[in-house]
Amino acid sequence: MNISYIILVPLIPLALFVLLGLFSKKIPPSIAGWIGSLGLGTAFVLSLYTAYHYFLGAKLDGVYQTFTYKSTWIIFSDKLHMDMGMLIDPISVMMLVVVTTISFMVHVYSRGYMKGDDGYTRFFSYLALFSFSMLGLVLATNLFQMYIFWELVGASSFLLIGYYYTKPSAVAAAKKAFIVTRFADLGFLIGILVVSYYSGSFDFGELNSLDGNVITNWTATSFMGLSVFTWGLILIFMGGVGKSAMMPFHIWLPDAMEGPTPVSALIHAATMVVAGVYLVARLFPLFYFVEDGFVLSIVAYIGAISSLVAAVIAITQTDIKRVLAFSTMSQIGYMMLALGVSKYEGHEGLGYMASMFHLFTHAMFKALLFLGAGSVIHAIHSNELADMGGLRKYMPITHITFLIAALSIAGFPGFAGFFSKDEILAAAFENNRLIYVSSVIVAGLTAFYMFRLYFGIFWGKDKKYEHTPHESPLTMTIPLIFLAFMSVFGGYIPFSEFISADLKSFTSHLDLPLAVIASTVGIIGICLAYVFYKKENNLSEKATQLFGAFYQWTFHKFYFDEIYLFITKKIIFGILAAAIAWFDKYVVDAFMIGVGNVTMAFSNQIKGIQSGKVQDYAMAFVGGVVVLAMVVFYIWIN
Amino acid sequence: MNLESFLLMRSEIGLLAIILFLLIFELFSNQKQKAAVIPLALFLLAINTLIGFLPLTEGELFGGMFKTNALLVLFKTTLSFGVLILLLQSADWLKEKIVAENKATEFIILLLSSLLGAFYMISAGDFLMFYIGLELTTLPVAALVAYETYKRKSAEAGIKYILSSALASGTSIFGISLLYATTGTLFFDAFAEVITISNLSILGFILFFSGLAFKISLAPFHFWTADVYEGAPINVASYLSVISKGAAVVILMIVLFTAFKTLMPIWEKIIYIVAIATMFVGNLFALRQQNLKRFLAYSSIAQAGFILLGLLSADQLGSATVVYFVAVYIFSNLGAFGVVQAISSASNKENIDDYEGLYRTNPYLSLLMMLALFSLAGIPPLAGFFGKFFLYAAAASKGYYVLVFIGVVNATISLYYYLLVVRAMFLRKNPDAIPYFKSKIYMKLGLLIAAAGILILGLYSPFYEYIFSISNSF
Repeated sequence: MNISYIILVPLIPLALFVLLGLFSKKIPPSIAGWIGSLGLGTAFVLSLYTAYHYFLGAKLDGVYQTFTYKSTWIIFSDKLHMDMGMLIDPISVMMLVVVTTISFMVHVYSRGYMKGDDGYTRFFSYLALFSFSMLGLVLATNLFQMYIFWELVGASSFLLIGYYYTKPSAVAAAKKAFIVTRFADLGFLIGILVVSYYSGSFDFGELNSLDGNVITNWTATSFMGLSVFTWGLILIFMGGVGKSAMMPFHIWLPDAMEGPTPVSALIHAATMVVAGVYLVARLFPLFYFVEDGFVLSIVAYIGAISSLVAAVIAITQTDIKRVLAFSTMSQIGYMMLALGVSKYEGHEGLGYMASMFHLFTHAMFKALLFLGAGSVIHAIHSNELADMGGLRKYMPITHITFLIAALSIAGFPGFAGFFSKDEILAAAFENNRLIYVSSVIVAGLTAFYMFRLYFGIFWGKDKKYEHTPHESPLTMTIPLIFLAFMSVFGGYIPFSEFISADLKSFTSHLDLPLAVIASTVGIIGICLAYVFYKKENNLSEKATQLFGAFYQWTFHKFYFDEIYLFITKKIIFGILAAAIAWFDKYVVDAFMIGVGNVTMAFSNQIKGIQSGKVQDYAMAFVGGVVVLAMVVFYIWIN
Repeated sequence: MNLESFLLMRSEIGLLAIILFLLIFELFSNQKQKAAVIPLALFLLAINTLIGFLPLTEGELFGGMFKTNALLVLFKTTLSFGVLILLLQSADWLKEKIVAENKATEFIILLLSSLLGAFYMISAGDFLMFYIGLELTTLPVAALVAYETYKRKSAEAGIKYILSSALASGTSIFGISLLYATTGTLFFDAFAEVITISNLSILGFILFFSGLAFKISLAPFHFWTADVYEGAPINVASYLSVISKGAAVVILMIVLFTAFKTLMPIWEKIIYIVAIATMFVGNLFALRQQNLKRFLAYSSIAQAGFILLGLLSADQLGSATVVYFVAVYIFSNLGAFGVVQAISSASNKENIDDYEGLYRTNPYLSLLMMLALFSLAGIPPLAGFFGKFFLYAAAASKGYYVLVFIGVVNATISLYYYLLVVRAMFLRKNPDAIPYFKSKIYMKLGLLIAAAGILILGLYSPFYEYIFSISNSF
């Protein structure tokens, strides 16, 4: 299979970034929007073409072939070298499709959403930069290349969250996101160094080669009960936890909603935040075979806890984008736990497939939810649920597409989310009953908060709107319709044919009893939401009072932010940093300033030597000769 | 010896032909044609420089008095290229001020004569040829330093230069006579075979070395530098700091590595002491300079101190690093002096304070100045960084770790004063900043080539590899 043309997929956005970034003042906004959309459209078509060829033609003896295309960039030692290249295998091809699809849709949508904004061209150049970085991350052939793009993705996320840089809250959110993920990435980097030190390679192909002896060699050195190599893997996973906003590094994601809504749809719902999931999937054999999958069980529990906590918090939030943010976190928790409970071969690797399947369908319906929310925000200029109500009359397309997405995420039978969620639950049921029960609860909670949102926005009484809300323009509704289509029919793609941990196809079928349980729970959640929020009533206030303290807890997101603030402000800044600052100022700085002053003073003292008289110079010359001669004879004699 | 073997001297013969042609041109041209000498000289010099790129066999002439090899040819071409840039940068100054006095042709002839001297000096195979070359480089420059006769400072600088250099040459030739007395030969090759470490030979070497140290402005033989640079026309100061110093460094290296190989235990100590003294003197004095010409004078003293680090590893690595550093230094310094020249001729201002706010009015010149100063300071990825890095590597390869440390300390000090100029240009606000002006085409070309040199020498590694590959030729 000829894969060289695939390099165009990331290069097109890069070219767009350079073009739009350099000439942001010269290119008129309307043209910038067109160029961006057309460029991403091309990348989208190329990705579809790649997927079509790969999934239908790259099988040899029932196993999907992996294609690599790389060149050595930096050589550290005979064995250890860093490459730049492309890795084409089922999950990277799938991610290409996901990233370009959502990016393309968001580009088209932004032409309407961002219309008239001052930084319109700048916005599109950032979007292109992000798309390039994300595609580079997806195609990376080795850990180091992935790390580089990982950071690039973080940087472009920073730029886009802080896009409204005159707004203090946006700037603070951008900083928060960057610092929190960067902190997690520190673990990632150390993890890469540890893993490459023991394995002698950055390359995914070599790391995932499954020779038992090799792994025994790698894990020979132990530290605190685990092998150092395992610690390295845990640290690598820490990077994934930060990027995917899992507990305990999830605090940046809700704040990141300060960015423009299309950005939230692209980065903080569909693509960047699933990078952590992709990272684990990318190294899945390694995670699975090292120490009997110990790290994988950490992945499973972190995923399960995150998904439960996020779903609970989502119920009480009033900002519609924040509800969606917590929902994203919850769903990514699903993907993580699916990977965590997965095994390697054949049907036992169901969790791996389910995770990727859910990643795909989630990208579609969550992007749709965000873009729909954006459409609502565009119409009434508010994020607060309290300012909304009865919008179904004014915005029919947004209403219907939002409903489809909500049904899909709630796991209503027949919609895409139903199928992928069912696979995850089946995988959890087979391997870990505790996680299964928690996942079913999350399914119910998801349905409840999602329909709370739906009924709150589109039903209930009309609020007093300053202007009569109206449906969004065509550039915004077309992406909605396309994604709604995918949110329904995306579930009918036979994923297990294409994606599996051991690269061999297997057949998965609907597990009827589990499906019935899950959808019943989901429907109960929907019904509860109907009772509570369809019409104005005081049921929700009553429930609030009933739960009392617990409600306050969840409303404040379990005080995670406050705990972190206490640790950073009081302990780190207040105690540790103050002492270090004192040392820096009065010892290090004082010494350096002293050196500078002495140098200057000395320079001032010797200034007079240069008298300007040529006879003095001659004296110095002759003196120099004499001194040199004396010094040399002295040294030579000794 | 057949006539063909004279081709070994093609650069020198070409240069001589240009000088003679210009002399005749001066005789037979009328007042209106005088200005044409500038493009004419540029054109001829450019051709002569290009000829230097043609391949050439190694060889010697006059029984070994004149030697040539690939490294020398490369270095001559670099010097010639440097003079070309210098002439481009001075073309406007010549046209506006000197042509009117009927002295433009002389200026060029003197400049090229000095360059011819530099060529012979570095190609020397014996002390006699070396001395003739040294004098031929020095004497025309004395006239050039005093070229702006209407300025008192220029005349003063001229007399200071001629007196100091007379002393230096005298010392040097006295040293040579002592050395002749101990060995009975002037040829480097024969000299190297018979010389032994004795009191007389050491004294001879020190005297000889002092003369060259004067040319390179090593401490304590550097005192003339600042005064002469300040008084001389800017392009002459530039010539002194770049061409004349570069040539002297290379011949010092050749002499040390060949003729005085036996004396290495002695001269490495001398170089060691002088390197430290020169770096500190150059840097500490540069800290307080206000006048940019004086500032660059001390900066060039400090740079000379750095070059000595490369001499200490008397091998292929050492000679490659020295030649590379000198080439880099030529381009960086020409860039800095070029900007000073451009600004001085537009506004007559030469002080660091005057440069405040320059970035707002003349962004391109400021950027170029920054590039040149950063290269001199040794900031990656500019050429100066690699130059310094290789010098440190060469010194460290022979175990001179303390010296490398002192070098790094001095590089840090130098960063301070280079940044002082950059800060004045970029960070200071000044309502009376030098107003925007447009440079003429020659000046632009001269500055552009210097800037390109700074970038290309740093980023294009085959250049260094080529120098390294031909550095084993002596």
